Formats: sequence, structure tokens, C-alpha cells
Amino acid sequence: MARIETESWPATYDGAARERVGFFTDTSVCIGCKACEVACKEWNLLPEDGFVFTAESYDNTGALGSETWRHVAFIEQDVPLIETAGDGDDDGNPMRWLMSSDVCKHCTSAACLNVCPTGALFRTELGTVVVQDDICNGCGMCVPACPFGVIARRERDGDGRAWKCTLCYDRTKDGLTPACAAACPTESIQYGPLDELRERAAQRLQSVQQQGFAGARLYGEDPGDGVDGFGAFFLLLDEPQVYGLPPDPVDPTKRLGEMWGAAAAAGAALALGVAASLLGRRG
Amino acid sequence: MSEHRPNYYGRPVIKQPVWKTEIGWYFFSGGLGGAAATLALVSRLAGRRGLARRATLVSALALSASPPLLIKDLGRPKRFLYMFRVLRPTSPMSIGSWMLGAAGTAAGAAAGSDLLDVAPVAGDTARTVAGLLGPAISTYTAVLISDTSVPVWHEARRELPLVFAAGSAASAGAAVWLAAPADERGPARRLAIAGAAGELVAAHRMESALGELGEPYRRGQPRRYARAARRALAGGAALMAAGRRRPMLGRMGAGLILAGTVCERFAILRAGNMSADDPRYTVDPQRERVAGRVTS
Amino acid sequence: MPGLGASFGRGGATTFQQDLANSDCIVIMGSNAAECHPVGFQFVMEAREKGAEVIHIDPRYTRTSAMSTHYLRLRAGSDIALLGGVINHILQNGLEFREYVKHYTNASVIIDDRFLDTEDLDGLFSDWDPSERRYDTTSWSYEDMQVSASAGEREQGGTMGEQAGHGGQGAALSHGEPPHEDPDLEHPRCVFQILKRHFSRYTPETVERLTGVPAAQVVWLAETLARNSGRERTAAFVYAVGWTQHTVGVQYIRAASIIQLLLGNVGRPGGGVMALRGHATIQGSTDIPTLYNILPGYIPMPHVHEDASLKRFLEVYSSYAGFWGHMPSYFISLLKAWWGEAATPENGFCFDRLPRISEDHSMYQIALGMREKTVKGLICAGQNPAVGSANAGLYRRAMADLEWLVVRDFVESETAAFWYDSQEIEDGDLRTEDIGTEVFFLPAAAQTEKSGSYTNTQRLVQWHHKAVEPRGDCRSELWFYYHLGRIIREKLAGSGEARDRGVLDLTWTYPTEGEIREPSAEAVLAEINGFGPDGKPVGAYTELKDDGSTSCGCWIYCGVYAGGENLAARRKPWTEQPAAAPEWGWAWPANRRILYNRASADRHGKPWSERKRWVWWDAGTGKWTGEDMPDFVVDMPPDYEPPDGARAEKALRGDKPFIMQGDGRGWLFAPSGLVDGPMPVHYEPDESPIENLLYGQRSNPVRQQLRRPRNPHNPAEGEQGADRFPYVLTTYRLTEHHTGGGMSRYVEHLAELQPALFCEVSPQLAAERGLANGGWATISTSRSEIEARVLVTDRMHPVTVDGRTLHQVGMPFHYGPRGFARGDAPNDLLAMVMDPNVHIQESKAATCNVRPGRRAAHRRRRGPEPGAG
Ligand SMILES: Nc1nc2c(c(=O)[nH]1)N[C@H]1C(S)=C(S)[C@@H](COP(=O)(O)OP(=O)(O)OC[C@H]3O[C@@H](n4cnc5c(=O)[nH]c(N)nc54)[C@H](O)[C@@H]3O)O[C@H]1N2
Ligand SMILES: Nc1nc2c(c(=O)[nH]1)N[C@H]1C(S)=C(S)[C@@H](COP(=O)(O)OP(=O)(O)OC[C@H]3O[C@@H](n4cnc5c(=O)[nH]c(N)nc54)[C@H](O)[C@@H]3O)O[C@H]1N2
Ligand code: SF4
Ligand code: SF4
Ligand code: SF4
Ligand code: SF4
Ligand code: SF4
Ligand SMILES: [Mo]
Repeated sequence: MARIETESWPATYDGAARERVGFFTDTSVCIGCKACEVACKEWNLLPEDGFVFTAESYDNTGALGSETWRHVAFIEQDVPLIETAGDGDDDGNPMRWLMSSDVCKHCTSAACLNVCPTGALFRTELGTVVVQDDICNGCGMCVPACPFGVIARRERDGDGRAWKCTLCYDRTKDGLTPACAAACPTESIQYGPLDELRERAAQRLQSVQQQGFAGARLYGEDPGDGVDGFGAFFLLLDEPQVYGLPPDPVDPTKRLGEMWGAAAAAGAALALGVAASLLGRRG
Repeated sequence: MSEHRPNYYGRPVIKQPVWKTEIGWYFFSGGLGGAAATLALVSRLAGRRGLARRATLVSALALSASPPLLIKDLGRPKRFLYMFRVLRPTSPMSIGSWMLGAAGTAAGAAAGSDLLDVAPVAGDTARTVAGLLGPAISTYTAVLISDTSVPVWHEARRELPLVFAAGSAASAGAAVWLAAPADERGPARRLAIAGAAGELVAAHRMESALGELGEPYRRGQPRRYARAARRALAGGAALMAAGRRRPMLGRMGAGLILAGTVCERFAILRAGNMSADDPRYTVDPQRERVAGRVTS
Repeated sequence: MPGLGASFGRGGATTFQQDLANSDCIVIMGSNAAECHPVGFQFVMEAREKGAEVIHIDPRYTRTSAMSTHYLRLRAGSDIALLGGVINHILQNGLEFREYVKHYTNASVIIDDRFLDTEDLDGLFSDWDPSERRYDTTSWSYEDMQVSASAGEREQGGTMGEQAGHGGQGAALSHGEPPHEDPDLEHPRCVFQILKRHFSRYTPETVERLTGVPAAQVVWLAETLARNSGRERTAAFVYAVGWTQHTVGVQYIRAASIIQLLLGNVGRPGGGVMALRGHATIQGSTDIPTLYNILPGYIPMPHVHEDASLKRFLEVYSSYAGFWGHMPSYFISLLKAWWGEAATPENGFCFDRLPRISEDHSMYQIALGMREKTVKGLICAGQNPAVGSANAGLYRRAMADLEWLVVRDFVESETAAFWYDSQEIEDGDLRTEDIGTEVFFLPAAAQTEKSGSYTNTQRLVQWHHKAVEPRGDCRSELWFYYHLGRIIREKLAGSGEARDRGVLDLTWTYPTEGEIREPSAEAVLAEINGFGPDGKPVGAYTELKDDGSTSCGCWIYCGVYAGGENLAARRKPWTEQPAAAPEWGWAWPANRRILYNRASADRHGKPWSERKRWVWWDAGTGKWTGEDMPDFVVDMPPDYEPPDGARAEKALRGDKPFIMQGDGRGWLFAPSGLVDGPMPVHYEPDESPIENLLYGQRSNPVRQQLRRPRNPHNPAEGEQGADRFPYVLTTYRLTEHHTGGGMSRYVEHLAELQPALFCEVSPQLAAERGLANGGWATISTSRSEIEARVLVTDRMHPVTVDGRTLHQVGMPFHYGPRGFARGDAPNDLLAMVMDPNVHIQESKAATCNVRPGRRAAHRRRRGPEPGAG
């Protein structure tokens, strides 16, 4: 007997829901050490992602995927890190090296979860989005649905299921810090109650701007955005697409009404067409 | 090297769909089966029992092909039944699976009662159920793919259902025409021709609505599929029209139309992968959106 | 690190990483701290957040540069020129911290009139002996104050810090003052004026020609440092092997030490010279050394000829003033710790049973010994020289000349597998069936499988507890050496041979635990800490005696086990204790975190400023007190004047903070302790694409070249064929790998992050040589040629040196043919050529050539591959 699932967290937990947690990843202090990437793989027993030399700066894992749930991006640019710098020390070749640790955004309005037909993807009592690997049947719906290209299906050794960051559900539900955040030496990855993180981020943005960092901005902290705000948001030093992130992500299911509307119309047209085809002579 | 990049080493922002060819056929069989079921119901109501029986049979066969195709494409085929673990309104795949399950069973029951000449009332009830679900079955797949972040699909969310509906009509018409006795198959022919014409128009409408984003349809594999689809549909319609008294031509036409609708499905699928793979399609419209918001 | 030892008295970092957060300006030079000390780097980030200037100076733009507020690019091997430029700018413009310089350094001391500077001798100091290729350093001393030779200068070389620091021994200080001084620093032969003359030719323009750093930046650097020094502010230097791995490495550190003394930044919070060290306990393995030429606590290893008797040994090495005055107590307590009851006054406390050294027995000499078959067997533990050693190809061939080789490691490293998996075997230069070496591989237990201590880069001893039992045959080092010794002793039991007494009389009784009979590491720690006459653990090295009533395995570690408690195991969070966090682990000496911290107060004992207070004199209690353990005689008042005949620390004045030095002063001019000069001089690296623009003397005259058939040196600029190697080659680390790779290239999750050897080149060089990003390049020197993937990056940029464009090629050195992340070993390219003080190879600056494509041997074997540039 099937249960109707809705997306209305925390109501579904009637009381059992806890304060929503998430990440604030402050890329202005990321030293690109990749400890987060490794800690994640160690804790979650993830396989390696292939030994491929990409020649893309120091990034040899390339992107988030079923085997890589934290991914550190490296971007080399010929603009100064600090606008006010260069007082005498400038040799005329300004440059900066952006580093940023990407992760599942644990969207408030999560496309992956919304389109999942089996209920394998669910929202935890902490407000995070998690795949249950014992339920996922690998239908693949969530993969193109995610506006960030985060969740992916593991094809190696016939696994066939979708995988992504669980926000260390097996740690966080017991009050532990996620492995990646615990490993981060510079507190670039900050874990905690989302509201707190949003406040901290706002202050941080101010101080970074005062320090003269070029292009500092928050990304994903706005509950009014296309996914109603990220559970894991960022402080970036350039436009999102520079880091391989979408500038204005939208949960496609938000437009589901439109789609079913169009489908209904088309369906009606089909019915009419069929009916029309029966008018007229036999033979 | 460090020139200010608009994207990250040209890597895609979103993931490509993982679906294999089965899904193309799945779209085809589902669409065909759904439209055929509706044709069956309507012809039954119009009192054309012969046509209704054939249409029912066709839809039952087509719809019975869908589950195996879907299962084959799952990463974990053994877990197919988990599709019915929950009903998730926000998941077209979930709704679709339930509808497909219902329609398939109904069509099968109806066909069974027709063939064995048993339980005519129950048979007609089943036919009705299938027939009513038909339009939904043949269009939900359009919703299924538009409900993704793949630009060429999502941005065509208003146009895609009509493409699928028309294609379903065309394929159903063609298939039933082939299956039905000569004196019964007029409506099927009209449906096929109208559907083919409709799909041509709808596809054109979709591509022009997509504008820049429709580029994949004009490149590589998608382009070849789309062009083949257009030619087959046009040619097939013409032949079927001409085929009223020349069954040979009719059969060729029907075949072409079926081929055309298959090609269109694959054009759409491949275009999806291509548009997911190129960050420009994801990033550019979003940037314009942001820019617009800033200026306004 | 004798650069530090000779300047301040101890061979360890003068401060601790947490203290960097208190700095107003941090110069990171010769270190890639963010990549190599990522955890400690958080304190640099903290300082940056507080508004400190963070300046990274490196040939490459690295992850450290990316985190810094300023980045200066310089030519590899030219640091002394840049630092000299800073010193010159400070001295020419009177930017020094005058009061500090006058009272806390040897600026005022007058030097022997026989001393001649590089100014006078075109790049050489006085008394150079060309035939011996060494200096007689007697003329480098204080006037009328005979500074007897300290171990550092002996032909076996290899001084490590401390004993280099106790130069000044035997000096006759009168009331704490050397015989001749000029308080006004005007006398032409006083250190201050010598220094001024010595560096006068390091003008911004000259420095630019040498280093590629624009003159304006040189001035800016000096001004920025000066602006962030003085009473109210402090600046810190951070370095690591980007400085030490040069044939003048020790003098790089001296140059920074001189800047810090001139600006008054030593012994104060947020100041100092932070030496970032290597392996997790590399500091520990020089304190209690794995080195051939020193004993625990930086006591020199006796020499076969010169140190015949205990009496003579003690005379030579105990100094008149400063804490080295108690050297006999430290040394005799060490002998008691090792030979216990058997060590008696009658037999000189078994002094004769100590091994002796006869010459340079450092790592590379051993390698050559293997080649020459004078070294027949090798136990290689915790090292992967087939990858990590300069001229690794020669080292691998040397191993093939051994009779037997024992390798203890976690993995079958390139060293363990040299006989069947190496470039030589691959290329057919060596055939397995021709190699006679018998190789034994013994699996080692990892740190999680054993208890023990790490002494980290800031002298902090931290205990780790065993988490799991070692798997299979894996065993700890302690287990291996204890049981090896036990078995040897059993075999020798009953031997009447005098030569066996040394082994048989050793105190070799450690309690063992568990099935595998693991010796108790804590018992060893207790032995190191030492015991008093009452058999109880001693609390401080001041309690040690020279009469044999006390024992101590390493005098500087006295107190780590005070009161029978393992203080290294303390883990009180920093949030629950004072800034210095004295209850986290235990730091030598005496748990002091900032060394020479008496200098954080003025000569009257008052903090220089409120903002920078750390340790000060409390007249009320008559004690030194503050945030940290005072690094001073705790009840010696600031105005203390040594009475006649005072000895050791009592012979030093109350306003002299450098209590290990023979004169209590920081040494701007090092009258002893270094074999290649009392002051730094810019010498070109052994292999360099330009001539020395400052002096006729091109490179460090005392450098060790080890010229051998398979160890040729690239022709230097001016020499025949120099143009064959037009580019500068430098090698370094990546965050993703560890040294020779045994702990990273064999681990999937690390290997995938940097899966292949690559060379970093600028777009300009790529264009010049037709290198394609992601393609292949072949890098060659006169030793060898290797291939690597190409990474074209703006982080590399040519420098303009002496008016010409100079390209630099960078390579991480971690790679070898085994594990998951593979590649040729860049060390195959480098020559064995070394610094004369510490025998560190010059891995940071050589010359090379680069061409597109894979190396010839490879193409022969497999044919060109896709992606080959
Ligand atoms: N992740 C990681 N951490 C490590 C290690 C590791 O292998 N991996 N190894 C540990 C060990 S054993 C050690 S010794 C330390 C070493 O720590 P570091 O000394 O920081 O390591 P390196 O990368 O060898 O060298 C540092 C920098 O020196 C630069 N350099 C080269 N030549 C010159 C020069 O002439 N002048 C100047 N100013 N800079 C130059 C290089 O470009 C490099 O960026 O790291 C320790 N920490
Ligand atoms: N070109 C170039 N060459 C260099 C350098 C450079 O910068 N450039 N750096 C130099 C420096 S600073 C250093 S420190 C050396 C480092 O190079 P090596 O001295 O060769 O040291 P590692 O490569 O770290 O080898 C340590 C080995 O010990 C193993 N090991 C780890 N723990 C234990 C243990 O508890 N017991 C035992 N038995 N084995 C253990 C590890 O698996 C590893 O294989 O390289 C030097 N070589
Ligand atoms: S980022 Fe993608 S995978 Fe993560 S929650 Fe949002 S939609 Fe799902
Ligand atoms: S692949 Fe798994 S997680 Fe993704 S939608 Fe299908 S069932 Fe849900
Ligand atoms: S939260 Fe856990 S699962 Fe997610 S990235 Fe961090 S470590 Fe990996
Ligand atoms: S661990 Fe922290 S600092 Fe290191 S790469 Fe990840 S986010 Fe950046
Ligand atoms: S590896 Fe160990 S020593 Fe090195 S930074 Fe990390 S924690 Fe510190
Ligand atoms: Mo090292």
C-alpha cells in the first residue's frame, strides 16, 4: 500500500525534525589542500576516480560525481587577489589562484529529490538531502534533474545506483561534524545550523570586502533563489560559472504546473484528433 | 593558463542524462500504446468494433513492451518494483510508472477479453480505463524530460508535450493501420497523416521557440535524426495519403511514419545529451536572467 | 640548523607556529607553507585576517602565494642577494632597532685585526687554504678573545645547531663583556661597521640584476619589514628547505637571522625565525640524532684522533660562559644513561666505549662508499633514497653494489624494489640477474600501530598512543632495534673481547608488553628524561651532575617526564589555557615556546610595549614572569653583573638574552661555528646560468662537489658547454604527496589527486620550446634525462636577470616508477653537491634543458604515445 510522499519538511517529521544544518564554504581562505576531498572518500569508503593527469591547474579529479563528493576547483587568473595591493611590490604580472571546495548544495527545493520516483532520495530530520542506497533503483531521473550536476550514477562494477554527498548523515545525526569540515585546516568549510551560518557569512562578506578582495560575493544563501536557498552555500571571489557553478540555478520541478498544463493541452488535442479521425466515411 | 574564463575548463555544469537507447524505444512504445488505447476507446464508442479490437491489441502489445525497456535501462533492474514503493506527485517518472502500470494492465485485460471473447463488459471497462489514460501516457514522457535541468528539454517544456502527442498519434495511426483490415482502417490512416503533419509542425515550433538553445538540433547526431524524422514523416504521410487504394504504398508510408516518430524521439534524446554537455547552454541564459534582474 | 645555532645559540625554530598569529608582517621565503605545513598555516591565515602583511617570496607562484597579500618572484638560488639588499637598506637608512642591537647583539664587539672580508678578497674571507679547500677561521674571532674551534668547523663537518651555537667557549669575558667593544658602534672594526661595509654593495639595482626582483620591490620589502618592527610591532620570517637545500643554505638562514636581530624581532611574540621542518619528527631525529656526527642534545660525536680522553673532550666542548658551561654534566649523565652501573669515574664513564668518527660519514659519502665497495651492507629504514636522494640513479646503482640491503617500510618502495623495477632495469642499463645484492624487506608498523612521540617543527614533543595492533609481521622501530640488540647481546654473551663490552654493558632492559613483546616507549622516554641520585625522574637539566650521580638520555629533554608524568601526552585544549598553551604536550627546552624570550623585555626587564609583552622582570617577586616559561635564569635580575671568576650562565650579564651563546649575545657576525664564513655572501649555485656579478669567487668555495664519473656537474656560465643547459631547474613538494611517495603514491585517495610527474613551465618557455599543456617533455642534465607531463601555467614566469630573460622549470620530486601515481624521479637529474656545514644536497637550484616529447629510451621501447607534445 503506497504512501503519498510530500516535500513539506519539517511537517513530515511532525516534531522529530531538528534544526536545519548545512555548510558555509568560505573560498577566500581555502588553501586548496584537498583534505576535504580525501577525508570524504576515507569516511564514505569511496573508490578512486581514476588516475588521470588533466593539465587543468592542480585539479585532477575534475568534477563532483558518484566517486567524488567534495571537489576542489583551481582557477588561475591574471587579476590581483587584493585590489589595494601592489604598493611597490607589483612586478606588473598580477595574478590570483582561486580555490574552492564544491559539494552538494542540499537545496531547499531539491530537484533530485522531487523527481525521484522510488523515494530513495529523502529529506532527513536535519533538513539535508540523502540517497538511500538500499532503495535507489538507478532510474537516472535525478541525474539530469540536478541544476548543479552533483548527483551521478555509479556505473563501475555494476553498481548502477545514484550517489552524492550525504552531508555525513551517519555523523551529523549523532551530532558529529562532517568529515570534510573536520579535516579542513583553515575553516574554509564551516558546518552548523543554517541560520547561524547565514549570519556569519554576511559578516564575513563585509570583512572580506573591507580587506579589498576583488569580486567577493555570497552564492546560494538567498532563500528567494531558484532552489529556495542552498543548504550548503558559498563565499566566492568571482562569478559562479568561473567555478563551474550555474549563475542562477532553478529547481525544474518548480515549473511542473506549466509542464503538466502543456501536457494536458497536448493530451486533449490528441483525444480530439483521434475523435476527428473517426468522423467521415467508412473504409 | 589564466585568461578569464566564462566557465570551468569547458566542463559541463550539469550531468548528462544516463539513459541508453532503450529509453528512446520506451518513449516510442509508450506513446504509440497510449494513443492506440484512446483510438480503441473512441472507435469502440463510435461502434467500430473491428477497429477497436485491433487498436486495443496494438496498444496492449505496445504498452507491454514499455516495462521491459524501462527495466533494461535501470541501474538496478531487480529493483523495478520500487517504482511502486511510493507515489510522488512531483515525480513525472513516478506518476508515469503508475499510469503506465494501470493502462498496460487495462489494455491487456481488454485485449484478453476481445481475443477470448469473455467478459465483454469488463473488457470494455478496461478499454475505457486504458483509453482515458492514453493521452496522459503519450505525453507524460515529455514532462519527464522537461522536468530536468537539461536546457534543450526544460526550455521546451511548453512545446515538447505536443511533439510527443502528435508523434504518438502518428505512430499509433500507422501501427493500427497496418494491423487493421482494409475496410476498417480509414480513421487510422487519417490519424497517422494528421499526427505526422502535427509532429512536423510541433517539432518546428519547438525548435524555433528554443532559438539559440535549439542549436543541438542543428548539430551532429541530433541533426541527422531530426532530418531523418522530418523526411520520413513527410514522405510517410504523402505515401499513406496516396496509399488509400494502393496498399503497397500505404504500407511503405506507415513504415516511414513509424520510423519517423522513432527518429524524432532519438533526435530529442541526443539533443538533450548534447545540450547538457556544453556549459554555454546552461550558463548563458542564466547569466542573461541575472543581468536582466540587475538592470531591472 | 646551524644557521640558527650560530646566530642565537640553539638549532631550533626560535618560535612556535601558533605565535605567527601575533605577527604584523610574515615573510615566507624558501617555504611553501600552505602546501607543506597546511595545518600550521592556519596561524598565518589568522594573522592575515588581523591585517598582517603576508609576503611570499618564491620562484613559483604557489598555494602559499595565493594566500599571501604580496608575492615576489625571484630567481632560484639568489636569496642571499635579496636579503643582503634588505640588510643594506636597513643599515644605510638607520632603520635598525638601535637599543636592541646595542645591548642584545654582538654589533659593538671589535673583531680581530687579521680578519679580512670578502670586500677585500673578492669573495673570499681571510685564511682560505686552496689546497685543502677549507678556511682557517681563527682570524674571524673577537679581538683578544680566543674563540677556540667548535665542532662545526672540524673536517668531519656536519654541525647540527647547538654545538655550532656554543662558539665563544673559552672566551674570557670580563664581567660579561668581551675585551674590546664600542658601545657607539663607530669603531671601524666593530661588527656593526664590518656588517655595513660587507653589505654595502647589495644596492637595490644590483639586487635586481641578480635576483630579478625589481629594485623598487627590494626597497619596498625592507621598508615594509622595518615599518612592522620596533617596540610596537614585530615581523617574522618563515623558511624551510627552499633555503636549506643550497650549497650556501646555512648562510641563507644567517642572512634572515641578521635582519631579525637588526630589527629586534627575536625572542618577541610575532617575531623570530620559524624554521618549518620536515618529517613529522625530523626535529626529534636531530635532537636525539639519526646523524653520524652528534650525540643526543647536540653534543658532538668524539673524533678518533682528537678526542682521545674524556678530560680533553670535556675541555674542548664545554664553554666558559652560557649553559654550555655545564656540558660535562650533560655528557656524563648521557654516558650513565647508556652504561649505567658499568660507567664509573675510574673508566671515564665508558667514554672509550663510544664509537668514534674519522671523517665525513654523511649519507652521500655512504652512497659513494657503496659504489667503492667500502660499505658492504645497508639498513634503510624510513627512507626511500631511490627516489629521494640527489642523483638517485647513482644511488640505485650503488645499491646494486651492496652485498646486502635491509629495507624497513610500509610498502615495497622503489628502494626495496630497485633490483627489478627501476629506470635502469627498464632501460636495460642494469639486468636483475647481474645484481648480487641480497635484499630483505621488513614490514614496518605505522604510527597508529605503536605508541611514541613526535617532536615537531617547533620543538614540541607530542605523544601518540597505539590505536591498533600492527598487522602480520609489521613491527615498530622500537621493537626492531630493541630485539635486534637483545639478540646480538645474547650472541655475544660471555665474550671476553674488550671490543664487545660496549654492547654488553649497555643498559638494555626495557619492559615489554603484549604478545609481540613491544618495548615500552614510555620507559624509553623516562630514560631520555633522566633520573636523579634518588632514582626519581629529574625535573630540569639544571639538576644534572658531572659526578655520575645522575643519568639523562638527552639533556635538552630533561623535564618531559618530570614527576614521573608523561608531559608530552598532555592535550589540554588551547581554549582552556594561556596563549603559549604550556599544557599541550611539552616543548624543549624546559617547555619554553618562544626562545630567548628575555629579549621581549628591554634591558631593564620592562616589556618593549604593552602590545608585545611576553616575558618581563617582576621586581616584587624578584623573578622573570609572563605568558611563557622565561628562557633565562628565572631569578637573575636584569642588572646582574657577573663577579670575577663566574662561570657558565652566571658569567653572563642580566641583559644578555642569548643564554646558550658564549657571550649571551645574538650574533650578527659569527666568529665561529660555520665553515664557510662569519657573514653571508651571495654565491651562485654550483650550477648557475649566470656569473657571480658581485665577486670573482663564483660559488661557495667550501661546497662539497663529490665529483665522480656518474656525478658530473653541468658546466656553469662561462665554462665550456654551459649553453647546453640554459634553464634553471628547481624541485619541491606538492600538498598531495609526501617526499619519496611511500606514504602517498601508494594510496589511491592521494595518488589520484596528482597522478603523474609533471613539470611546470611558463607560457613563454612553452612557446620557446614548443611544449603543449598536457603533453610530454623531456628534461635533461649531465646526469640523466627524464620525461614528465607538461603543465603550462602563468604561475611560472621568466625573470629578467642581468638584463636577460631567464626561464625556470619547476618539478615536484615525489615520483618514482611504483605505486598508483608514477613517473620518473626528478632526483635522477640532480648532482650530489652539498652545503659544507650540514651536507644538504642542492636540490633547489640547478641547470637543465627541456624539449618536447618523451625521452629517447622510452620512445625506443614503446613508441610515441598519444598526447606526446
Ligand atoms: N604535503 C607535504 N608536506 C610536507 C612534505 C611533503 O612531502 N608533502 N615534506 C615535509 C618535509 S620532509 C619537509 S623538509 C618540508 C619542506 O617544506 P618546504 O621547504 O616548504 O617544501 P619545498 O616544496 O621543497 O620547498 C619550498 C619552496 O621553495 C621554493 N624554492 C625553490 N628554490 C628556491 C630558492 O632558491 N629560493 C626561495 N626563496 N625559494 C625556493 C620552491 O618553489 C617551493 O615552493 O615539508 C614537509 N611537509
Ligand atoms: N629533489 C629533491 N630531493 C629531495 C628534496 C627536495 O626538496 N627535492 N627534499 C629532501 C628532504 S627535505 C627529505 S626529508 C627527503 C625525504 O626523502 P626520504 O628521506 O627518502 O624519506 P621518504 O621518502 O619520506 O621515505 C620515508 C619512507 O619511510 C616509510 N615510513 C614511514 N613511517 C615509517 C616508520 O615508522 N618506520 C619505517 N621503517 N618506515 C616508515 C615511508 O613509507 C617512506 O617510504 O627527500 C630529500 N630529497
Ligand atoms: S545540489 Fe543537486 S543533488 Fe544536491 S540537493 Fe540540490 S539538486 Fe539534489
Ligand atoms: S536514480 Fe535512484 S535516487 Fe535517482 S531518482 Fe532514480 S531512484 Fe531516485
Ligand atoms: S559532508 Fe560528508 S559526504 Fe558530504 S562531502 Fe563532506 S564528507 Fe563527504
Ligand atoms: S580542506 Fe579546506 S582548505 Fe583544504 S581544500 Fe578543502 S576547503 Fe580548501
Ligand atoms: S601531515 Fe601532519 S604534520 Fe603535515 S600538516 Fe598535516 S597534520 Fe601537520
Ligand atoms: Mo625534509
